[in-house]
Amino acid sequence: MHRSSEVKHVASYLNTRGCECFGQPCESHCPVLTDRTIHVQLKTFIKIRVKPDRTGVVTDGVKHSMNPFCEIAVEEAIKLKEKKLVKEVVAVSCGPQQVQETIRTALAMGADRGIHVEVSGKDYETLGPLQVSKIFAALAKKEQADLIILGKQAIDDDCNQTGQITAALLDWPQGTFASEMTLEADKLKVVREVDGGLETIKINLPAVVTADLRLNTPRYATLPNIMKAKKKKIANVKPADLGVDVCSRLEVLKVDEPPQRQAGVKVETVDDLVGKLKEAGRV
Amino acid sequence: MGIFQRFARLPLKSTYIWSLCPQYSTDLTTVDSALIVRSSQLIQHRCVHSRVMGASPGNTGAAPPRLPFSRVTQEDLAFFRALLPGRTITDPDLLKSSNVDWLKTVEGNSEVLLRPKTTEEVSQILRHCNERNLAVCPQGGNTGLVGGSVPVFDEIILSTSLMSQVITFDNISGILTCQAGCVLENLSNYLEERGFIMPLDLGAKGSCHIGGNVSTNAGGLRLLRYGSLRGTVLGLEVVLADGRILNCLATLRKDNTGYDLKQLFIGSEGTLGVITAVSILCPHKPKAVNVAFLGCSSFQQLLETFQRCRGMLGEILSAFEFLDASCMSLLEKHLKLTNPITESPFYIVIETAGSNATHDEEKLHKFLEEVMTSSLVTDGTVATEATKIKALWSLRERVTEALTHEGYTYKYDISLPVEKIYDLVQDMRGHLGDMAKNVVGYGHVGDGNLHLNITSPSKDPALLAAIEPYVYEWTSEWKGSISAEHGLGLKKRNYIYYSKPSEAVALMGSIKAMLDPKGILNPYKTLPDNIH
Repeated sequence: MHRSSEVKHVASYLNTRGCECFGQPCESHCPVLTDRTIHVQLKTFIKIRVKPDRTGVVTDGVKHSMNPFCEIAVEEAIKLKEKKLVKEVVAVSCGPQQVQETIRTALAMGADRGIHVEVSGKDYETLGPLQVSKIFAALAKKEQADLIILGKQAIDDDCNQTGQITAALLDWPQGTFASEMTLEADKLKVVREVDGGLETIKINLPAVVTADLRLNTPRYATLPNIMKAKKKKIANVKPADLGVDVCSRLEVLKVDEPPQRQAGVKVETVDDLVGKLKEAGRV
Repeated sequence: MGIFQRFARLPLKSTYIWSLCPQYSTDLTTVDSALIVRSSQLIQHRCVHSRVMGASPGNTGAAPPRLPFSRVTQEDLAFFRALLPGRTITDPDLLKSSNVDWLKTVEGNSEVLLRPKTTEEVSQILRHCNERNLAVCPQGGNTGLVGGSVPVFDEIILSTSLMSQVITFDNISGILTCQAGCVLENLSNYLEERGFIMPLDLGAKGSCHIGGNVSTNAGGLRLLRYGSLRGTVLGLEVVLADGRILNCLATLRKDNTGYDLKQLFIGSEGTLGVITAVSILCPHKPKAVNVAFLGCSSFQQLLETFQRCRGMLGEILSAFEFLDASCMSLLEKHLKLTNPITESPFYIVIETAGSNATHDEEKLHKFLEEVMTSSLVTDGTVATEATKIKALWSLRERVTEALTHEGYTYKYDISLPVEKIYDLVQDMRGHLGDMAKNVVGYGHVGDGNLHLNITSPSKDPALLAAIEPYVYEWTSEWKGSISAEHGLGLKKRNYIYYSKPSEAVALMGSIKAMLDPKGILNPYKTLPDNIH
């Protein structure tokens, strides 16, 4: 496949599930799915409640906003455009009507246009990394993207799979957990944050990169740009148009809250402490 | 008789006072009757230094000599220990932090810290102290900025830190009743879980107690929207100087039966009674909160922006704050915060709070479009998510913190006609020249309240002499208040005349004498040393 030396499209996939808490200390509620032992963690400023029928968490009335790692991805794409290394930045999000707001935020940060893949209702509740990756792979082919940048994981499901599955479906190289990214001609140098430290790799374009925390600090969208963003285009697409079936292969059996933390007991004197420890059978 | 005994125990002090107050020297022969007759007048004529030695401007914020209160004895300690087992603190290390104010500018040397849990205990403490003529300094979160929350000498510290129970909450009326020692942030969290918020919010929320807030009549960031505590506090439970419990803890929105006594205690800074419980009206938690951070190139444009804001955002506006470029550079320098927009001479923080996100955003965007196209605002950014909102608010809320890193800060909390607010800052800059390290202005411009701060690497008497009384005279000239929301405490008590006429202050003195004849509640604070 002919590869032009100039990178044409950088598509940023935006995850808009859940709410955010970004690097701040806060309460985390961890609904645990039994039988599948998939650990779901929701770090929020807002109290998360499990639905009475225990099929999931309550999302009504909970403010949805851009996933923090995806924000970093958008920022990186815009930085590349500002350096004139890429021509166009396209922001993509899958979900119901509300995700348009998130796409607008990306446009206000500097993306050129947006694509809203409409998924709503039951389909949205069961939308997972596999379906999203399929949508994304199809879009990438359609738009002839050269680079896809995503957040490394969504903070509501912590799956950390979309980037990797997308790369596999497209048979593209991947640079995940990127803390640094440099475009050199048609190769991409990525510094990855791994358990053992930092790993630097060089991959060919087109490629998939997932953004980690230290890649950059996202900019605030300033008013003049917010005004401009209102005029930018957001195209509407359905998964069926891309030939993607969003049916889920997973069935959620049960969602439970973690056991409540018991309050501590304050004692006045050392004797009280020893007494209480004895009562609890610890001494 | 009590007063005569007081002087007998401290002969040295009595002669000292005689020499300073010549009007009493002729009464030496008939001391008993004269003193008893004059007991109420003594409180008013505490002419410790100013009348005879002449008012020395550099001294008027400093502490007066110790009044002849009793000193704490072993019997007193035994009484306290029996009443409050394990909650009578005498260890100097533990006392240290309660003896110093948050700004680290005032330090007392109290030897006893009491931590009652109930109103009844507070009553017993005050009854005992009143009988024994022991001075008491009520203390909440100790976050006051005028030296009003710490002892000057050896006053007994009466802390509300263990009186932190919520008593009731009615989620139909939104009326919360709680003990005075509840931390404001904890009350906010409690209410937010139930869909309500506190009607006030300030930077010190993590430490301040609601009792202290009420005693200071704290203003804060939400006053523009929800009004002052004088409107939102529905009732108080107060323990008077002699231990009597005054239970005016009503939970009624409307009650016009007799004089509204609670208004006396709100803002009295602990000098008329110790507040032990509060009932307060809480607004519903807004469903949609937005914060805009804008830059303006002149104060005039800032004021015009405020007018447009009032007109276009009106009912959803919940805060309008400003800070100047010097504040921003301090935030960047000391706290490593980043400026989200381009550098401007002035920055505005606008918060909207409403029940419908779409409506509010539409109003806000219309307003922003208007001020951007008319060039009233040169740049700005908007936040709708919790983390971003917090980040933008911290640019205003943490200025006080950034200032503490500069060295020594001279703080002035002034109310002025809104158009004049920044004139004072510019005037002070010109007036002080190189003497000051930094002169910054920020605050609740929506309420006409300026926080003027002047920094210097260390305490500088020459700088202080240049600032005071110049700043107070300037304020007085424009009929402003020398203390908009911080109160008078120790530091500003003698400047009250710049903002209140003598008849008013004299009446305050009479009220104090009536409610606290021995003057044991938070002495040396709020009212001037010399009431004339």
